[in-house]
Amino acid sequence: MEDDAPVIYGLEFQARALTPQTAETDAIRFLVGTQSLKYDNQIHIVDFDDENNIISKNVLLHQVGEIWHISTSPADKGVLATCYNKPSDSKVLTCAAVWRMPKELEPGGHESPDDSTSPAHTLELLCHLDNTAHGSMACVAWEPAGDGKKVISLADSHILLWDLQESSSQAVLASSASLEGKGQLKFTSGRWSPHHTGTQVATANDTTIRGWDTRSMSQIYCIENAHGQLVRDLDFNPNKQYYLASCGDDCKVKFWDTRNVAEPVKTLEQHSHWVWNVRYNHSHDQLVLTGSSDSRVILSNMVSISSEPFGHLVDDDDLSDQEERRPEGKSQEPPQDSVIATYEEHEDSVYAVDWSSADPWLFASLSYDGRLVINRVPRALKYHILL
Amino acid sequence: MAAAAAGPGTGSGPGDSPEGPEAEAPERRRKAHGMLKLYYGLSEGETAGRPPGSDPLDPTDLNGAHFDPEVYLDKLRRECPLAQLMDSETDMVRQIRALDSDMQTLVYENYNKFISATDTIRKMKNDFRKMEDEMDRLATNMAVITDFSARISATLQDRHERITKLAGVHALLRKLQFLFELPSRLTKCVELGAYGQAVRYQGRARAVLQQYQHLPSFRAIQDDCQVITARLAQQLRQRFREGGSGAPEQAECVELLLALGEPAEELCDEFLAHARGRLEAELQSLEAELGPSPPAPDVLEFTDLGGSGFVGGLCQVASAYQELFAAQGPAGAEKLAAFARELGGRYFALVERRLAQEQGSGDNSLLVRALDRFHRRLRAPGALLAAAGLAEAATEIVERVARERLGHHLQGLRAAFLGCLTDVRQALAAPRLAGKEGPGLAELLANVASSILSHIKASLAAVHLFTAKEVSFSNKPYFRGEFCSQGVREGLIVGFIRSMCQTAQSFCDSPGEKGGATPPALLLLLSRLCLDYETATISYILTLTDEQFLVQDQSPVTPVSTLCAEARETARRLLTHYVKVQGLVISQMLRKSVETRDWLSTLEPRNVRAVMKRVVEDTTAIDVQVGLLYEEGVRKAQSSDSSKRTFSVYSSSRQQGRYAPSYTPSAPMDTNLLSNIQKLFSERIDVFSPVEFNKVSVLTGIIKISLKTLLECVRLRTFGRFGLQQVQVDCHFLQLYLWRFVADEELVHLLLDEVVASAALRCPDPVPMEPSVVEVICERG
Repeated sequence: MEDDAPVIYGLEFQARALTPQTAETDAIRFLVGTQSLKYDNQIHIVDFDDENNIISKNVLLHQVGEIWHISTSPADKGVLATCYNKPSDSKVLTCAAVWRMPKELEPGGHESPDDSTSPAHTLELLCHLDNTAHGSMACVAWEPAGDGKKVISLADSHILLWDLQESSSQAVLASSASLEGKGQLKFTSGRWSPHHTGTQVATANDTTIRGWDTRSMSQIYCIENAHGQLVRDLDFNPNKQYYLASCGDDCKVKFWDTRNVAEPVKTLEQHSHWVWNVRYNHSHDQLVLTGSSDSRVILSNMVSISSEPFGHLVDDDDLSDQEERRPEGKSQEPPQDSVIATYEEHEDSVYAVDWSSADPWLFASLSYDGRLVINRVPRALKYHILL
Repeated sequence: MAAAAAGPGTGSGPGDSPEGPEAEAPERRRKAHGMLKLYYGLSEGETAGRPPGSDPLDPTDLNGAHFDPEVYLDKLRRECPLAQLMDSETDMVRQIRALDSDMQTLVYENYNKFISATDTIRKMKNDFRKMEDEMDRLATNMAVITDFSARISATLQDRHERITKLAGVHALLRKLQFLFELPSRLTKCVELGAYGQAVRYQGRARAVLQQYQHLPSFRAIQDDCQVITARLAQQLRQRFREGGSGAPEQAECVELLLALGEPAEELCDEFLAHARGRLEAELQSLEAELGPSPPAPDVLEFTDLGGSGFVGGLCQVASAYQELFAAQGPAGAEKLAAFARELGGRYFALVERRLAQEQGSGDNSLLVRALDRFHRRLRAPGALLAAAGLAEAATEIVERVARERLGHHLQGLRAAFLGCLTDVRQALAAPRLAGKEGPGLAELLANVASSILSHIKASLAAVHLFTAKEVSFSNKPYFRGEFCSQGVREGLIVGFIRSMCQTAQSFCDSPGEKGGATPPALLLLLSRLCLDYETATISYILTLTDEQFLVQDQSPVTPVSTLCAEARETARRLLTHYVKVQGLVISQMLRKSVETRDWLSTLEPRNVRAVMKRVVEDTTAIDVQVGLLYEEGVRKAQSSDSSKRTFSVYSSSRQQGRYAPSYTPSAPMDTNLLSNIQKLFSERIDVFSPVEFNKVSVLTGIIKISLKTLLECVRLRTFGRFGLQQVQVDCHFLQLYLWRFVADEELVHLLLDEVVASAALRCPDPVPMEPSVVEVICERG
């Protein structure tokens, strides 16, 4: 079973922001935001045709500034939010806004046949998440599986919950909470838990991970010194409600049970530099993807702490070929956690990785030099998990 | 002719004399040869190579066997001048005369002797004739004596028979008298307490009485006897039971009772019961010694006490028992064994309790001596009571104690190691007095190494006492084999080295920034220590152990190589961790300096920022620190003017050109071609890569981590024009000072290049500073 070669797409600018189009479940589509201080920034909508291994793209202009973070609405395919730097003379302020794509680019529409000639489209601004009182926006997270009306954003030491009203054209600050302590506390990252009917959010600041209840905006749990150094990112296990993965500058990836935060459940140390991103696969939570500034992307198989720890225990009689190789297959001890693959297509630091929302076996990674690489889970493993 | 025959006897021949002493030597030699030849049966003629002058067949040889006067004369006449002939003639005449006179003397002497012999023989003939007559007379006298003797014996025959009969009757009567007197004698004996005598009498009489009991008179005697005997037995038992009179007397009682035909089995039990009583008293006194309160005697005294009191008593009992009840067969022996086993068990329990109290103490020699006594004492009863297995149990106890000692020593070594580490920490943490440097790292390392080594040696010496030749248990198989290999080598030495490695490694696992509690210098020191262990110390210690404990056991032992590999791995991890910790310290400095500054509104750079100087200072300090313990290591050849290299400003302008303002949608794979090509030719930099054991590699690791941090931090910020210029200045400054520390200066160039390039990208108004100005600023600051 030979695996398909990775597909590489290059942008002209530096880039840090990558997201799948969350509401899209048919087409494999990623959004990439660029970072340029001198030219107009863009959002590349990258479509991947799995059967023909072809990439097609559309470019949207994002003229307000360089994009640090991008996220898409889980309900409306055309709506997305960005965190961007507003250029100004003496101060850099990161703002956040909610945008709508032009109608013709909305998925399900078509592929623009002559994109080499068509002018770049411009985003339609829906609303600003007003942060003048709170500081720079670090990220925006949509309520998963929600109706696309609830958004949290992290601004310096504040966590803000917004209600998007009137088809997202107005953002009302519903509630907020802030960190208190000495020194300048600053959120680096946050994720919305898919469990607990969307009432839990986890955030990271410095070396600490905190859990919040969005109803009362109060802290639920706190993992002090989760990492030796800055925590860069976190992600919730989509199938196990108390499990959380985090990564940081100590090159480690840690898995936590939020009910007992004294010790991590598991620690991986595979990267040789800061780990910027960690993502659970949406369907098969043993697959964990990490991206690091050592320019590598690593796909790990965390079977021992996944929701299907022993693989499928159904008879796999059909899989004759595998059965022959290990006739006692069913009675085997549980498979070990392992690195499935290390992807070295990048030549600069990888700041973002994510799974496709449409195809659970496909993921993209983005490095600073603007290279987007689309990879697939190795087929052997895919069949092993499926069958 | 006569003269010639006597010649050899009288002296040297005329031919020889003139030649003098020179000719004497060969002559003597020839004589010796002749004797040898005689011995080996060689005739003279067979010998070849003789000097021709001494041929015995030579007829001219005056002393030879084959002398021929005619030939000789002829020869003389022919060969010699007249004067010599005259000389030899006179000489010859003189000799002949001398020979004649000699012969006359000889003949005269012989004649005298002959005459005296004849006289003697005549006298002897006379004497013999007289002797014959006397012998005849003797023969007749003897015949008469024989005759008389025969007659006397014939007359005495009759009387002799009667005397014999009378003697028999007398003996019988005495026996009967003994029997009749027996009761009174017995009574007297009993009264006097001479039980032995009484029993002997009784024993002598018993058979007879038994035989003649059908006769009424005898019957009466027997009855009397029995009554008395019963009383005797009773008294004996009484004495036996009273028990106060000591083991030997008891044994005597039992012996007597047995002789009286008392049931042996019952006596066995009673005997043992008594013995038990005594031994239990011993045990109780031992237990009292043990006491709940500390003032117990030292362990040696205790085992002595137990050895002489209990074990001695047990020995006595056992030997007495075996002597007395040998007839009892296996059942009796079994009883004794059970008895010994039970009491022995209790004794062992006491000893073990005492030994357990000893576990904490440090003095091995006393303990070994105590164990030795204990073991030695038990070997005697062990031989006596093989079935009770006391010796095995004792050996087991000794083995257990030995094992526990090993564990104790291992604990001691661990504690010593931890103590060393604490000392080092204190030494490192001690505030340096002004002008006075604290002990150097190298010195600390040497201290730690020697202190651990001496501890190990002390432990080995202490444990070695267990295998000393003079200790009675040292030749047990356990102490010859398992103790040496599994116990000492594996358990103590290998175990300690392993635990040392683990302790060291645990410093690496301390999480993240909290690991700052471990001073980096300690990590470095431990790493060097482990490396030293890998290269030399481990094999030294193991060789030492193997030599001291001549390991004979064939069980597999950990090879030196495995341990070395473990130590090396530990050293590597420690060093890597050291690099991480130090890298982190510098990284934090750089990160803070980048994150906290407002780069947009910064002023035109006039100076290198202080933090950069601090970084260089710290790096130099680390360099010195590492240099104390690790070798320099290799670095790539440097270009001579590397310090002169100015920051390539065009690298940023090149970046600029790369991102030309083209909005033309790009096809995949064609962007960033330039940068990609550039990167193709530079190797991927592994930031947290494992380090090698040398200074350059360590420093390279630290600098890589620091610069990579700087790069990542710079990418997160936005710079104004002067901000960029400041970064440029800072990087040039770092470049000036850091290249000398690393293995490959290209690496520093590359990373710093990338920092500046990234800063340029993050600057909306990238106007780089003139290289010359940068240089001036850096040189000034």
